[in-house]
Amino acid sequence: MIKNTRNFSIIAHIDHGKSTLADRLIQQSGLVSEREFRDQILDNMDIERERGITIKSNAITLPYRARNGETYELNLIDTPGHVDFSYEVSRALASCEGVLLLVDAAQGVEAQTLANLYAAMEHDLVIIPVINKIDLPAADVDRVKEQIETELGLDAEHAILCSAKQGIGIDDVLEVVVERIPPPSGSDAEPLSALIFDAHYDSFRGTIISCRVFEGALRQGDTIRFMSNGATYRVEEVGLFRLNREPATQLAAGSVGYVVSGVKTVSDTRIGDTITNHDRPAAAPLPGFKEVKPMVFSSIYPISSDEFQSLTEALEKYKLNDAALIYQKDSSAALGQGFRCGFLGLLHLEIVQERLEREFDQSIIMTVPSVQYRFTLIDGETITVENPQYYPDPLKIKQAEEPFIKASIFIPERYMGAVMKLCMDKRGVNPRFQNSIAGRIEVIFEMPLAEVVFDFYDKLKTITQGYGSFDYELIGYRESDLAKLDILVNGEKVDALSLIVHRDRAREWGVQVCDRLKDEIPRHQFKIAIQGAIGGKIISRSTISAFRKDVTAKCYGGDITRKRKLLEKQKKGKRKMKMVGSVMIPQSAFVAVLKSEHD
Amino acid sequence: MHVPFCKSKCPYCDFYSVTSHSSVNRWLQALDREADFYSRQFAAFDTLYLGGGTPSSLADSELAWLIDSLGRRFTFSPSAEVTMEANPDDILPQRLSRFQAMGINRISLGVQSFSDDELKFLGRRNTAVQNQQVLEWIKACGSFSVAVDLMYGFKGQMTESWQKTLDRTLDLHPEHLSCYQLSIEQSTRFGRLQREGLMEPLNETQQGDFFMFTSEHLQARGYVHYEISNFSRGIEHMSRHNRKYWSHAPYLGLGPAAHSFQNGIRWWNARSVEQYCLALEGGKSPVAGSENLSIEKLRLESLFLGLRTRDGIGVEAIGASPQCRSALLQLQTEGLVRIENGNIVPTQKGFLIADSLPLLLLD
Repeated sequence: MIKNTRNFSIIAHIDHGKSTLADRLIQQSGLVSEREFRDQILDNMDIERERGITIKSNAITLPYRARNGETYELNLIDTPGHVDFSYEVSRALASCEGVLLLVDAAQGVEAQTLANLYAAMEHDLVIIPVINKIDLPAADVDRVKEQIETELGLDAEHAILCSAKQGIGIDDVLEVVVERIPPPSGSDAEPLSALIFDAHYDSFRGTIISCRVFEGALRQGDTIRFMSNGATYRVEEVGLFRLNREPATQLAAGSVGYVVSGVKTVSDTRIGDTITNHDRPAAAPLPGFKEVKPMVFSSIYPISSDEFQSLTEALEKYKLNDAALIYQKDSSAALGQGFRCGFLGLLHLEIVQERLEREFDQSIIMTVPSVQYRFTLIDGETITVENPQYYPDPLKIKQAEEPFIKASIFIPERYMGAVMKLCMDKRGVNPRFQNSIAGRIEVIFEMPLAEVVFDFYDKLKTITQGYGSFDYELIGYRESDLAKLDILVNGEKVDALSLIVHRDRAREWGVQVCDRLKDEIPRHQFKIAIQGAIGGKIISRSTISAFRKDVTAKCYGGDITRKRKLLEKQKKGKRKMKMVGSVMIPQSAFVAVLKSEHD
Repeated sequence: MHVPFCKSKCPYCDFYSVTSHSSVNRWLQALDREADFYSRQFAAFDTLYLGGGTPSSLADSELAWLIDSLGRRFTFSPSAEVTMEANPDDILPQRLSRFQAMGINRISLGVQSFSDDELKFLGRRNTAVQNQQVLEWIKACGSFSVAVDLMYGFKGQMTESWQKTLDRTLDLHPEHLSCYQLSIEQSTRFGRLQREGLMEPLNETQQGDFFMFTSEHLQARGYVHYEISNFSRGIEHMSRHNRKYWSHAPYLGLGPAAHSFQNGIRWWNARSVEQYCLALEGGKSPVAGSENLSIEKLRLESLFLGLRTRDGIGVEAIGASPQCRSALLQLQTEGLVRIENGNIVPTQKGFLIADSLPLLLLD
């Protein structure tokens, strides 16, 4: 059977048609009826479908009868596309033998095409170029083939031509998966080693683990062990991902499927962990396992303090399905009781925020994100601080350190100058350059993580017109000159707006935050002064002028009801604001302070 | 009493009226029935206000019939304030004695401006000369308390021109002045012009300047600025009738589109002469809608209505949270309100932003 299994993924630049191609492959396999079909079928979450992105990995097993008359099981593993989730992507790719590298026939090779290609090459995968959207009037297949050869260094002669939208060439795509991607190796007789590449929560069954079996077989009734922490479970059910889960007697070596084994929450599993058999364990875990650590921290507060309990319950439920989120209780003078949370990155943060609001109906305020800083105090104690509220007394700090990353940026040569400047602006050091492929360059910088988490990715995209791609890894802590920037609204310190900054950049941040708040806070009956301060020293300020007139000339019998209704509506709107002294600060202001004005 | 008839529609006005007088008699009959319906529901009235519309556009015989009908249905106190709104264009000296005979003791005159250009812009029938003449006649008559309606604050208007209108009005010592800043209402001709980009409102700063000028100018001449748009020559000349709207006193509104309030219930009539008459002719109520106000809604109304007047609101009426308290302090510091005998009272500057105050002072 193993010789008739293929494990593959589709990688592409955004909008090159990855989801549409996946949809077509699923339709072609006959797994789903016309009636059941909907676009972006693998993306279950509203937020994925709306933004056209994939957040969680997803797998589906497609039956396919090839031209040689044999029947195959094709395991398509869908992967997220954002740098926040690069670890998940790497585990999904580690579960494959090959990838379809999708290129838009009109747009040609773009930034993510390249970044994705590198990721696939790291895993020694067979890479098959597929040129999509050949039906477009602007399609230029010859040019794209040439690009694939010169810029990606791949053989384009046998590139598959298709239009996922029009359903052209879909058979060829399936056929090439069978022909060119090698079957998995491995033997059912070996001790079990299976790679966890995803897990999601089912309210009836608990955690559903997605895994790729490399050696041995997984059967119902087996006692399994997670090699990272030694936890053991009894397998209740194994099976394949069809459109729904389809139980099977076993998952054989080489196959992709799911395991249900009484694991209560997703947090009890670790992506990248190896599952083995408790009675007959593998000698060593599969390579590449990493403990996922949060990179960005922010606090979540309910807008209305009496909704704290409801937020607590929502977070508990949310956490069942998102192992990467960590949180603990927190409180603020301005915002009351809430939670300090850790995220993989800013996109992850945005997703958590949006899902809490939409799926769990919470009205929340999220504070300015921060990274985790390290301080050595005069008394020799070392503390970590990821919440500006707990910034130590400056007089007691002996040494301050901040996390640094190695940022790898792939760009076409022509953007080199602009990207260099961006990296220097973001306090990047030790630049190195590597020519990757003709016309492309890899720029490597060491940079403070703090500079990257806010808007680096967006800025990179802007200055490279979307051609820049970016990945990073943490390389450790380095000494830094830090300061805590406080924000005062009409003289009152708003602790939830404080941030830890590098002293050289403090003024710049101060100005930006004051300017942004000026745009975000509506005019009031009185002038509002916004100030940025370090210690007691004011380093930036802005002023929101008072409005002059807000009154109707007439208010007689027929006007009163209408006026009252308007006031009732405004009163509801006020609940979405946070009062700081007598100033109403809208929810949006707390995160907006970080976005630069030209976003 | 809402008299829903005008000789012509003014382009800024969104009060309900029709320009054809063909259904006046039918309307009078319907009104008689409506009055009859409420005759036992209200105690003695101490005000009667004939508003509109343009009550002076009715013939004297019609007005007399109307007032007679009300007199038969309801009890009025001997000292009742009986006001009639009038357009100067409708007034001749001989009518004034008839008004007096009907029991009318207060005339609210739609002067609007002493500039003929402005009167034309406002689509008024009256002229500056008429305004002057009619005010003099009324004064000479000696039996009316005089209220003058003025309008200001339109694009292109000069402060000098507005001051001239104010001064010519003040020369005649009216007991009461309503100075309305032009607001462009959606459903009016001005509203349409604004949507088409042919008209724009005065900017906020100038509106504020006009308002402050008006307030200061009139106060300097001894008038009390007792509500956003209303001034009286001493507190004894405040409009007794209008103050009822702002204090949840019970009132009965008769006629199409009229609003009534009693015992926490507000109701209003159909906004159409035809529907109003049809209902009453068929023995049915002309009421088109009503609301039963909860304590909370009443409190909310008291708050915003109070903050539009010199009476203000009791300090205890605002929210109890520290934020409300600190907002109050801030408003005092900014000179927008002051505390007088345990009441929060808006200043002139506070009047200008009066509609935004309740939100700030509520939890």
